[in-house]
Amino acid sequence: MTDREPLVPDEGLAPASEATIGAAGPLRDTLTTAPRSQWRNVWDQFTHHKGAMAGGIIFLLIVFAVFLGPFFWTLEATQIDIRARNQGPSLAHPFGTDQLGRDMLARMMEGGRTSVSVGIAAMLLALFVGSFVGVVAGYFRRLDSLLMRLTDLFLALPLLPLLLVMMLLFREPLSAAFGTEQGIFILIVCAIGITSWMPTARIVRGDVLALKEREFVLAARSIGTTNTKMIARHILPNVLSPIMVSATLGIANAIITESALSFLGLGFPPDFPTWGRLLFDATDYLQQYPSRVVWPGVAISLTVLSVNYLGDGLRDALDPRSRSR
Amino acid sequence: MLTFTIRRLVLAVPTLLFISLAIFLLLELAPGDPMAQVPLTVPPEVKEKMREALGLGEPMHIRFWKWIVQFFWIEPQVLIDHIFGTSFSAGDLRVISWQTRSPVMDIVVQRIPQTLWVVGTAYVVATIIAIPIGIYSAYRQYSWFDQLGTFVSMIGFSVPPFFSGVLVIVIFSVNLGWFPSIYDTTLVVNSWDSFVTQLKQMVMPVMVLALQITAQTSRFMRASMLDNLNQDYVRTARAKGLGEYTVVMVHVLRNSMIPVVTVIALGVPAIFGGAIITEQVFKVNGIGQLLITALQANDLPMVQTLTFIFAVLIVLFNLIADVLYGILDPRIRYD
Repeated sequence: MTDREPLVPDEGLAPASEATIGAAGPLRDTLTTAPRSQWRNVWDQFTHHKGAMAGGIIFLLIVFAVFLGPFFWTLEATQIDIRARNQGPSLAHPFGTDQLGRDMLARMMEGGRTSVSVGIAAMLLALFVGSFVGVVAGYFRRLDSLLMRLTDLFLALPLLPLLLVMMLLFREPLSAAFGTEQGIFILIVCAIGITSWMPTARIVRGDVLALKEREFVLAARSIGTTNTKMIARHILPNVLSPIMVSATLGIANAIITESALSFLGLGFPPDFPTWGRLLFDATDYLQQYPSRVVWPGVAISLTVLSVNYLGDGLRDALDPRSRSR
Repeated sequence: MLTFTIRRLVLAVPTLLFISLAIFLLLELAPGDPMAQVPLTVPPEVKEKMREALGLGEPMHIRFWKWIVQFFWIEPQVLIDHIFGTSFSAGDLRVISWQTRSPVMDIVVQRIPQTLWVVGTAYVVATIIAIPIGIYSAYRQYSWFDQLGTFVSMIGFSVPPFFSGVLVIVIFSVNLGWFPSIYDTTLVVNSWDSFVTQLKQMVMPVMVLALQITAQTSRFMRASMLDNLNQDYVRTARAKGLGEYTVVMVHVLRNSMIPVVTVIALGVPAIFGGAIITEQVFKVNGIGQLLITALQANDLPMVQTLTFIFAVLIVLFNLIADVLYGILDPRIRYD
């Protein structure tokens, strides 16, 4: 924590609010209270970004609804009630039922659980690969050009067609090895993860290259810090902000990609609903029951929109230059 | 500038070779038997012969080499023959689809016009809309127009085409009945009425694709304009008494267009990829839909060729973007 750029207090406090300045009180207090940490400043900035706060709250609500919802709404997503099929919204089924009489609300929660889990898991994988490649490329000059060529090559791959090919070809062996749902989950997460790490790697490498020239790295090296310690203690904490921003964008990207794959019929099998799959199934009944298309579509769009706003706010909050605005 | 272009061209060759190898290996490593659909009553030795007829008998590297030769040497000859009426390629074996037993490139050539019409129109429409929006949002930063533009482009980023596509079908096709929901590619435009029908069926796919492109391009345009509006040369231009219109539309716009032009060029391959979904939604039988049907039919030569065509598009437009940047901005040239 000591290696961070010392913050000029005025600069950090200026935009915060009257409340914090007022709380600092007389001069005596300001001298005795501990200096504000960087994360406190980031948090202050973040809470002042209306879009980011709204996005964050909506995203959290969606995550809670999807993961905790089944405890309150006990209908099974796969329970078929053929006599109650194609119903409109009612008290028993707030989102209506589908062509087999399955409750749409339960299916939406079940689907959302899969979609959000895929989004988060794929983002984590992409982030891990991207940060690893980025840090190694930026830190070790010998590997730089090799790894960056690799990144460029990956960027030149046609991603959606390749994803479709991967889904088609590896679906069955993985389903056989891990069970249908687990297998497809692993496949989708890996496929999305290894096709979306490149932007993170590039950004992280750029930041690492700049950090390496700073005095604190020189100081750490002069007291004999090893490369591993240097990366873990000094480099990684300082590239955390671009990594966090690409994490949010990564979730949005992964959710959209997974839904697109499911929509093209190459994602999860029909028994395991995801938002994309629900949308795909509902398009067959588009003329009669358009609302069934709207629910999953709105869920996907709202999640992605909220995550995008969250990322936007994070980027502003983590960038000290925009803080003075 | 020429050496710069040539160097970029030379660099593109190993990239393309690597990508073709990657695609080939991916398809090669994958399990799945092209003979899986053949009835069990067919004896194994016949199956073996069928396999050889599909070109599967030989070792991996020979098949890869054959595909490379077919794609890079024989197919261009076919194209030359087709244009000039010569017969360079007579008797040469071309890349054959397993589905139709006809050359893959012939089918691709049949499908490309549909994709180009829809994607091309969407791209032109989106660019024409996006650039004025970007200019005005930057010029009046934080005005209500700018806020609205930000919100709309956030929606453009977030609403996936398979939802916006279905949504416009529900609104304009099911409820209002203005446009047909299915793109009819057999339509021949030879009269005013058929032209109107063609326009009508193009409206919705173009709208869906254009929303996404507009969102991205207008954001880039705005950011680029903002970068330039605070520069010293703008103050100089104002100080010497130029009109506001000249300052913004001549001095600032020309400089801000440099990165935007390259972004537009870089976006073309991505939009071809995105068109896969849009084509599926509106049942346009372009190359995206061809890829999906080939995937479902396990037609590996077709999948390999189409994926590679997408890769060629990406590399080509990266090259165009680099060269354009070099032409427009003399500071970028490395020679």
